[in-house]
Amino acid sequence: MGSKERKAFDNPVIEWVDSRLPVFTMMQKEYGVFPTPRNFNYFWNFGAIAMVMLVTMIITGITLAMHYNPSTHGAFDSVERIMRDVNGGWMIRYLHANGASFFFIAVYIHIFRGLYYGSYKQPRELLWILGIIIFLLMMATAFMGYVLPWGQMSFWGATVITNLFSAIPLVGDSIVTLLWGGFSVDNPTLNRFFALHFLLPFVIFAVVFLHVWALHVTGSNNPLGIDVKTEQDTLPFHPYYTMKDTFGLLVFLMIYVAFTFFMPNSLGHPDNYIEANPLVTPAHIVPEWYFLPFYAILRAITFDLTIYLAVAGAIGAVLVYQYAWKKTPDKIVADNVLILLAVLALFGIPGALLAFFKDVEALKVITDNIPLGTLSLMPAKLGGVLAMFGSIALLLVLPFIDTHPVRSARFRPWFKIAVLTLLVVFVILGVCGSKPAEGYWVPLAQIMTLAYFGFFLAVIPFLNNNEPVLRLPDSIHQAIHAAPKAVIGALLAIGLIAGMPSAAFAKSEPAPPAAAAEEKAEEAVPATPEAATGTPEATDADAAATSEEGAESAETGVPNPPPAVEGEGHAAESEHHAAAAAGGHHSVALPNEHWSFSGPFGTYDRAALQRGFQVYKQVCAACHGLERIAFRNLSALGYTEAQIKTIAAEYTITDGPDDEGEMFDRPGRPSDHFKNPYANDNQAKASNNGALPPDLSLIVKARQGGANYLYGILTGYETPPPGTELSSTQHWNKYFPGNKISMPAPLIEGAVAYEDGSPTTVSQYAHDVAQFLAWASEPEMEVRKQTGIKALLFLAVFAGLMYAVKRKIWSKVH
Amino acid sequence: MSTDHSPEHQGHTLSGEHRPDGYEQTGLSAQETRRDFLFLTAAAFGAVGAGSVAWPFINQMNPAADTVALSTTEVNLAPIEVGQAITVMWQGKPVFIRHRTPEEISEAESVDVAALRDPQTDDQRIHEGHKQWLILVGICTHLGCVPQGQKSTDVKGEFGGWFCPCHGSHYDTSGRIRKGPAPKNLAVPKYEFLSDTNIRIG
Repeated sequence: MGSKERKAFDNPVIEWVDSRLPVFTMMQKEYGVFPTPRNFNYFWNFGAIAMVMLVTMIITGITLAMHYNPSTHGAFDSVERIMRDVNGGWMIRYLHANGASFFFIAVYIHIFRGLYYGSYKQPRELLWILGIIIFLLMMATAFMGYVLPWGQMSFWGATVITNLFSAIPLVGDSIVTLLWGGFSVDNPTLNRFFALHFLLPFVIFAVVFLHVWALHVTGSNNPLGIDVKTEQDTLPFHPYYTMKDTFGLLVFLMIYVAFTFFMPNSLGHPDNYIEANPLVTPAHIVPEWYFLPFYAILRAITFDLTIYLAVAGAIGAVLVYQYAWKKTPDKIVADNVLILLAVLALFGIPGALLAFFKDVEALKVITDNIPLGTLSLMPAKLGGVLAMFGSIALLLVLPFIDTHPVRSARFRPWFKIAVLTLLVVFVILGVCGSKPAEGYWVPLAQIMTLAYFGFFLAVIPFLNNNEPVLRLPDSIHQAIHAAPKAVIGALLAIGLIAGMPSAAFAKSEPAPPAAAAEEKAEEAVPATPEAATGTPEATDADAAATSEEGAESAETGVPNPPPAVEGEGHAAESEHHAAAAAGGHHSVALPNEHWSFSGPFGTYDRAALQRGFQVYKQVCAACHGLERIAFRNLSALGYTEAQIKTIAAEYTITDGPDDEGEMFDRPGRPSDHFKNPYANDNQAKASNNGALPPDLSLIVKARQGGANYLYGILTGYETPPPGTELSSTQHWNKYFPGNKISMPAPLIEGAVAYEDGSPTTVSQYAHDVAQFLAWASEPEMEVRKQTGIKALLFLAVFAGLMYAVKRKIWSKVH
Repeated sequence: MSTDHSPEHQGHTLSGEHRPDGYEQTGLSAQETRRDFLFLTAAAFGAVGAGSVAWPFINQMNPAADTVALSTTEVNLAPIEVGQAITVMWQGKPVFIRHRTPEEISEAESVDVAALRDPQTDDQRIHEGHKQWLILVGICTHLGCVPQGQKSTDVKGEFGGWFCPCHGSHYDTSGRIRKGPAPKNLAVPKYEFLSDTNIRIG
């Protein structure tokens, strides 16, 4: 960084600065003329894209922190205030929440690109290791960030993940107490998570700096994986790659914007719109999608390490070492391989029986009689945690496992198959992670875990010694004319990334009946992303974008993960103590109502909103609060200021204390919020046979199925099937999870007199009030979609322009 | 670099040649102009995009909707005796409400306005027909401290109004600056009388 090789700048100000601190010289050297291989494909965009996402996350994060209140009492409320009252707060929060997902998408593609083209190999080992450290830091940051909204998933995610450390022998419990700052996840935990969530992105930034520094020392790898030999092999970074990166970035941003503005909650969980409750765990908790593969590995270890597994594993390790890691096995091993295999079988068979078939009734006779069968060398819990951390640790040491001299998979036919298989294995693990740990998902996750470890510990070492190699080109320059058009690759990549989350995580159709759950899940496996657009969230999507994704991901030939979750056991009503509701399965598919607010151009129907408000006021409000809505918000329903004042004045608000220190009643004002009919939760429960009527402000966002679910509940009352036992305070509802609901059928035909002549039927009431509550959950929805359309149009034109610019600039090279 | 790929060196200059489309004046080829237009448009898009993204991140710092909605305060004046003063909170700031005595009023009215630093008559600082009610934002116009003079035991300064202890500004019984570093009179907030004994500030 000395100034001896400095060339003077023409601009006197720049020259003045540069001669004292040569930042401009450095920028010129590292980002201007920096020699970059000329044969990058669009996979090389994702480093720059990840960098932009990091900056986006930091900017949106800092602005959110200006409004966020990190206390158990204030966190959930302050997030809702950001969504409803802070100027543009909903946009900043959705950009941040979806930004986390898209940051991970960019980084996963970036990592896989490194794997496929051998970018981790000599001399870029440290560059790769720094990258994996960034990935680890990102996981820690994302986990702590997900805790901050203090919803049900936040709380239980924090509980489960911190409990991982309790698996550490001897000191585990003390470590967990230390992490919590108490005896459960509570206020101190939230405070420190906020502090660390604010700090870690800057640590990431620092490691990114080192990562980029290391890159600029070794120079970039390239799709051919061969070294740069002459200047003919390279191009200056600017304008060639600055322009190409900008174009790729804009395409990526379009998908990001489509998710953020049209289906902002499709990558999250409805349960997180229910405030954290330390007394009730949602029936099916899953981490965010980007953790699912590792979560599946964690859960795959369902068995203790017995003496049989330990011995079999040790012999297996010796065999793998001798036959995969070494060129030729030691003579003593080769001569005695049959004996070794026999011993392996001798220990492996009882080991496997104990580990995997313990619950099989027919084999009980055998498994119960294996001597020392109950002796555990390591509990399953610790095994799972070790496997999970091990799966990431393997990535760290990969540069030292893979010593094959050829980098790019393009010239390693066997490695190519192996690494693509690894991708498929990883995706299947992700799907397993999103499913409840039952049925065939468990053995599938176990096999895939074995495959994952096998790739790193057996396949790669084997390929080191045995893989035939295609002839490498002499130089990048020479090979370039044969290179395929990169655009296609880019489109495929985009299709892949867009297809993955929408297919795997946009929750598909309403839940199957409890009994038929497994069958149904089987049917769902080959489904495409389009099939996953059953819910209003997903149909919200830009229709064009969805079909594009579908088409392209089909082209890639990479099997799309099946639409995940199905809402099995989503204890949608976890706070509704009503349900004796064991499994929390919906009994029947939810009705698919037509809503004026679905689709990218959808808006609320003002007349329906006003009718729905009337139904809420005259029926629901008797038991349910609407505490996050202020009277002033009703202007969105089309009421004038004077009408709102009249509505507000109908309510009595307790205010005070006055000069004498007394509380007093006064008529409501527009700035007041709707009052809960009960003084507190205990009074609410006492008045409703022990069931707590939930506040309705967020009900549509907090339930799988949204407005359709609400409509279903309101219209789903039926006489119970014969033989059903209902207590005197329970009712039968075909759409309610578990069917037994405490709330009696609330809507009665003709009970609410509509002034506009709309039919006064139960179905009309239900439709109107569901629409009103959809508005209450997402008052920003209309402006959100309008902003999204503008942003998408802008990005589309900008991306087109940049494509033209890029082509113009590259025209000399091609 | 052995070959120069930079865009500056592409296209041919046609300067000197006569062309009906006027390009000879700029010395640029049609190809070059088209290219520059493309680059400039793209750059303009980038600038517009960056600007429109920046705005929400700045605007989020403005008062939120719930804060704006709470920007009025209603006060019942009935319990305030002549000569008493109360302080109420409005938009997070203290508002002084003084029920002035006839002496204080006449003192305020008798001042030679032309001699004041911030010339204002007493009438300009009260609502007509409500002479006895002086309503002020209780923040010194110097550097934002809260002046003393609300409580009967407070120092009221040399002019019987308020005295700011931070840097010694004296205000009179109309809240006008008379002595000290403050540049302006104490501000009068926007308020209206809902009835004879009720006001709404804001």
